[in-house]
Amino acid sequence: MDAGFWVLQFLNALQYSMLLFLLSIGLTVIFGLLHFVNLAHGALYMMGAYLGISAAALTGSYWGAFILAPLGVTAIGALLYFTLIDRLRGAGPMNQVLVTFGLIFVFLDIARLGWGDVALGLSAPAGLSGTSNLLGVSYPTYRLFIIGLGAVVMAVLWLVLARTQIGAMIRASVENGDMAAAMGINVGRLFFAVFCVGCALAGLAGVVAAPVFSATTGMGISILIPTLIVVVIGGLGSLQGAIAGSLIVGLIETVGAAFLPSFAAVASYLLLAAILVLRPQGLIPARGT
Amino acid sequence: MKKLFLAAAAASLLAVTGASAQTKVGVLLPYSGTYAALGNEITLGFNMALEEAGRTGEFEIVKEDTEAKPPVGLAKARKLVLEDEVDVIMGLVSSGVLGAVRDFVDGAEVPLIVANAGNDEATGENCSPYISRVSFSNRQVSGPMGEWLAEQGVKTAYTLAPDYAAGHQMVEAFTQKFTEGGGEVVGGEFTPFGQTSDFGPYLTNAKSSGAEALFVFYAGGEAISFVKQYGSFDLKEDLPLYGSGFVTSPLYVAAEGDAAVGVIAALHYVPTVDNEINNAFVETYKAAHDKAPSEFTIQGYDAAKALMAAIDSGASDRESIAKALRGLKFDSPRGPVEIDAATNNIVHDVYIYETVKEGDGLTQKILGTIEAVRDEPHGCQLD
Repeated sequence: MDAGFWVLQFLNALQYSMLLFLLSIGLTVIFGLLHFVNLAHGALYMMGAYLGISAAALTGSYWGAFILAPLGVTAIGALLYFTLIDRLRGAGPMNQVLVTFGLIFVFLDIARLGWGDVALGLSAPAGLSGTSNLLGVSYPTYRLFIIGLGAVVMAVLWLVLARTQIGAMIRASVENGDMAAAMGINVGRLFFAVFCVGCALAGLAGVVAAPVFSATTGMGISILIPTLIVVVIGGLGSLQGAIAGSLIVGLIETVGAAFLPSFAAVASYLLLAAILVLRPQGLIPARGT
Repeated sequence: MKKLFLAAAAASLLAVTGASAQTKVGVLLPYSGTYAALGNEITLGFNMALEEAGRTGEFEIVKEDTEAKPPVGLAKARKLVLEDEVDVIMGLVSSGVLGAVRDFVDGAEVPLIVANAGNDEATGENCSPYISRVSFSNRQVSGPMGEWLAEQGVKTAYTLAPDYAAGHQMVEAFTQKFTEGGGEVVGGEFTPFGQTSDFGPYLTNAKSSGAEALFVFYAGGEAISFVKQYGSFDLKEDLPLYGSGFVTSPLYVAAEGDAAVGVIAALHYVPTVDNEINNAFVETYKAAHDKAPSEFTIQGYDAAKALMAAIDSGASDRESIAKALRGLKFDSPRGPVEIDAATNNIVHDVYIYETVKEGDGLTQKILGTIEAVRDEPHGCQLD
């Protein structure tokens, strides 16, 4: 095992972490702000992949899908917000979990009806389909693109949250929604906007993941668990937590896969259990620190 | 009172004669969940054979969805046998479901024609006079690949497969035949089944093993992810990919795209098998569905062929259908086939094929045929 091997495995870990980040950030911010557990987040990711495949076929270009899929998923999210989620805000966590869990199956069947049961694939754009040389190893260019995209989204979200007025309003509303409303912040509209951004990021993750993985009707359910693990490990509602959580889970799963595959499947669950026992608020909680 | 009794007797007599004219077939397949596409494809092939023969009227079909879950499959099998009182059951995609229903159908003495599930033991140490298989056993698919690869002068290989029964059986048979042929498996891993979406870490390990060839078994969504990721790592030169044929199945190879070009795999059927029956079969299928059939279509098709042949030989009830299936020979689009009298498993040719480009699409180029591949009894005793 030479240095090249380690670089490759490190890049593998980073790439997986970035996909987890794109998904978990939406979930965690929605939870932090709305106190709403949206289990259908994985289903939105799946819709992103399927809509991306259709959009690519329609526009004839991957980049068409890259733009249209997140927009389409945002529209679905907006529809969900007005029909269900807004009404469920005060309904307590059990009702929310039941309804959004049910939504997973609704979307699963929508995907089956619309796109069939056979798994589908999406080609990476022409310019990103080969391999590139980096640090002395050749690595798939598209995976480097995912790493870069994750880093850009991370930086933009951090800037917006930490340095802009909207960011300050969001942080204030997470900290104390009633007080923020009393200070003249339109909390309802802010919540809706954040929910839409979360949905768009889920859709983006779906369309970005489609060329690496395949689009299957089960992909929304299978990604939900690692995403929830990331969110719980990182701390519910926290951007830094989502970053730390996705890096840790991505690293553990990749290193586990490379050295102890039979252990890889349980490694992140063990970590989850350890965190829940030792630090139930998560590594970097959104408030109270 | 007497009149009423007579009427009832007459009615029940009518019902009995009505039932015996038709054979009641329980179709037990996944129509939802991961394997729904396979269930639909097998059903399609089954119906196609009946329609082609103009004999749809002779069979009453009761469809049940196993959801590819063993407990659900067992409950549905019980329902088909006890409530619907079917004469024969056809189907089963998942090896897990086959394992779950095995003892029940064996005990109830209901013939079961397996149309996909490949667990070796179902026609090996756990074989049953009531369970016959028209699809394949796992050993039967991957063994010939190992044999062929060794013949090509390849000395070392690395293996990858999902961590469940089929993955282990596929790799085991490949390793055995490859080693017998003079090759050596220098390493390998089993990836968590259904939980692995990123194969990057495994591909990196495979590459650093220095093996000459990579042998894998993956199916469905996992196969698509795997082949695409293999393609993106640009390993075709250093580490050519060989597989059990499901890895580039015609059912979903289009989703793999160019990454699948050049992959060599072993399978009991590909649409390019050149014989009269298959050419006609492919033409009919393409006209109706605008794509090529797959091994799953053929498995459903042959299940119906076998059942019709059994009925033609005079079988009419559970016991006689089971007996008639054993040792049955017929011509399939995949070539001449036989249900082995020793194990009730199918004996068929296995094709070594390469996925190649043809126009805008992909097709299968047959590189070699290993004729009449028969799975050894491995402790199976039917009598």
